[in-house]
Amino acid sequence: MNIAPRTSRLSTRRLDLVAGRVDLTHGAGGRAMQQLIEEIFRPAFDNPILARGNDQAAFDVAAGRMVMSTDCFVVSPLFFPGGDIGSLAVHGTVNDVAMSGARPLYLSAGFVIEEGFPLADLQRIAISMGEAARAAGVAVVTGDTKVVERGKADRLFVNTAGIGVVPTGVEISGDRARPGDAILISGTMGDHGVAIMAHRAGLEFETTIVSDSASLNGLVADMVAAVPTIRVLRDPTRGGLAATLNEICHQSGVGMRLDEAAIPIKPEVLGACELLGLDALNVANEGKLIAVVPAAEAARLLTVMRAHPLGRDATMIGDIIADPSRFVRMATRIGGERIVDWLAGEQLPRIC
Amino acid sequence: MKHLDEYRDAETAHRLAAAIHNEAADSGRRYRLMEFCGGHTHAIFRYGIEDLLPSNIEMVHGPGCPVCVLPTGRLDMAIRLAKRDGVILASYADMLRVPGSKGQSLMKARADGADIRMVYSTLDAVKLAEANPQREVIFFAIGFETTTPPTALAIETAAKKGLTNFSVFCNHVLTPSAIAAILEAPAVRELGTVEIDGFLGPAHVSVVIGSQPYEFFAEEYRKPVAISGFEPIDILQSILMLVRQLNEGRAEVENQYIRAVTRDGNVRAKQAVSRVFELRRDFEWRGLGHIPYSALRLKDEFAAFDAERRFDEPYIPSEGIKACECPAILRGAKKPTDCRLFGRACTPETPLGSCMVSSEGACAAYYTYGRMREPAQ
Repeated sequence: MNIAPRTSRLSTRRLDLVAGRVDLTHGAGGRAMQQLIEEIFRPAFDNPILARGNDQAAFDVAAGRMVMSTDCFVVSPLFFPGGDIGSLAVHGTVNDVAMSGARPLYLSAGFVIEEGFPLADLQRIAISMGEAARAAGVAVVTGDTKVVERGKADRLFVNTAGIGVVPTGVEISGDRARPGDAILISGTMGDHGVAIMAHRAGLEFETTIVSDSASLNGLVADMVAAVPTIRVLRDPTRGGLAATLNEICHQSGVGMRLDEAAIPIKPEVLGACELLGLDALNVANEGKLIAVVPAAEAARLLTVMRAHPLGRDATMIGDIIADPSRFVRMATRIGGERIVDWLAGEQLPRIC
Repeated sequence: MKHLDEYRDAETAHRLAAAIHNEAADSGRRYRLMEFCGGHTHAIFRYGIEDLLPSNIEMVHGPGCPVCVLPTGRLDMAIRLAKRDGVILASYADMLRVPGSKGQSLMKARADGADIRMVYSTLDAVKLAEANPQREVIFFAIGFETTTPPTALAIETAAKKGLTNFSVFCNHVLTPSAIAAILEAPAVRELGTVEIDGFLGPAHVSVVIGSQPYEFFAEEYRKPVAISGFEPIDILQSILMLVRQLNEGRAEVENQYIRAVTRDGNVRAKQAVSRVFELRRDFEWRGLGHIPYSALRLKDEFAAFDAERRFDEPYIPSEGIKACECPAILRGAKKPTDCRLFGRACTPETPLGSCMVSSEGACAAYYTYGRMREPAQ
């Protein structure tokens, strides 16, 4: 076995971040792994808690209610218009934490890397994660790296977990929607899913659509500060608006009535959906939220949302009704009515 | 999208709906109009078109759903082919969850280790064969006349490239045969049908075959046909055309979808089909039974690309689930909600019949878009 000398020789040289590739030693717990962390992850995430180099992050806990969430990211392709798996992994977990009304504070990051993955891509993704975290005002304070044999993973999978603290007086949960409440969304539907599909092998077509992937905690902070009585917040990711509205109906034991004409969808997204035989309401978003709020506060909340760059196209799309069947009904543009249902099966795997 | 907005315009829809009410409301008769095509069934539910129609117009859902009409025995064949050593079965995603006999499906076969790939076009399957020269790539070809020309071109492409590891499991079927079967076949009559006053003719199928093949039905059976596009305005306009024909005692083929359909159809596409395919003597349809000369098979000169002959895979008919009403639904004799499995044992998540699986199936349309119309169970 000549692993030891090779490892030690590698560790004396800096990583080849141009043409180098991840090999099994980078996940073996030895010097090579240490070097990967030192040269790629630590500079990208750069913060004092991570810099202490422990196997865990230590920080003081605020008084009050904490929330925690975790998410795995297996998106393909890894780089797409408007983002990459790194920024997506930050946005996704930041948003899951923020949808409780919380201020996200810290993230962890786990990487499962396939042997042979280019170090340049890994660095690019780590830098993108660091930038996304700084932009969202959160710190990646602990992490883990595993390398698996070629063919045992598809290039790179990322897991992030996040914690945050909920401002006092805020009580946001999917089971709090009540008949009479208004349903608002923060912008156009379907951008992320269509941006991914457009770049997916086998579905190549020209489009100018960019993923909406973004951290929504800034928007949420403004909304919660202005209208602390918001009942439900949720980001319509996998399964799109349709799935998320159905989840809320089931959790709250209510129905919904939507107005199709009020739901903003970009013409390019609609066009792509036509081509692919999809319903834009089933297509994923990564930078949009749904808010359910007492009707009396709806107008004020809309004003606050529209004042934020990520809520410019915010609009009211319908209201909550009493319905033991928990149907999401929609008045169609031409004046008919239909159900907006969960999508059966998988529309397209690995969009996040 | 500007182009499409025109065909989804609320004001135009209301104008057409008012015209339909004017024509139909006081006529004292019923209008039973069959939309042949599953795409139309879905559009009707997705846009809530029935909400705009007077109560004496009934839309009867036809068998124009290729996934739905494929009998269980053919699906079993596909599963057996997929499980053969060295085979990659390339299929449209719609087929994967269709139940075969004994609870089997391509999805389950895939989980058991069969190499089944989802493709979006026939040429993807050809590429798959090129990329895997040591494997046998079988394309699971289904569909009416719309999808047949691409299959023909894929076979010709494979022949030109000299590919020896590509073949097609051909299940292409013919629209006019199915309409004729519904109208006259004694076997279908025995199974139980419904009286139909007129047909909403298929959109995409007619782009290929043209409007001419329907003239026979109009003349011979005195049934009006309106070939319709898939948008809500198209469908409303076509319904208005049928109602007017029936009120005036006419039975003609009218073409609402003039932006895409001509009398002769797409001649080049038809030529490609006739170069590669010939009529099958007999083909079994789910719901319609055995219909002579209702499907296509590869011509002898392309026998090497015919998976059925290449692998000598026999057709073993299979009954399917007894309580499943897909057969009657496909003939228009029953509505999805007449099936006692509907919405209970059979849902899009746990489909027991093909009509609940396919994105063109009537049960899927009812369940996905229209189940609020039924009293709560």
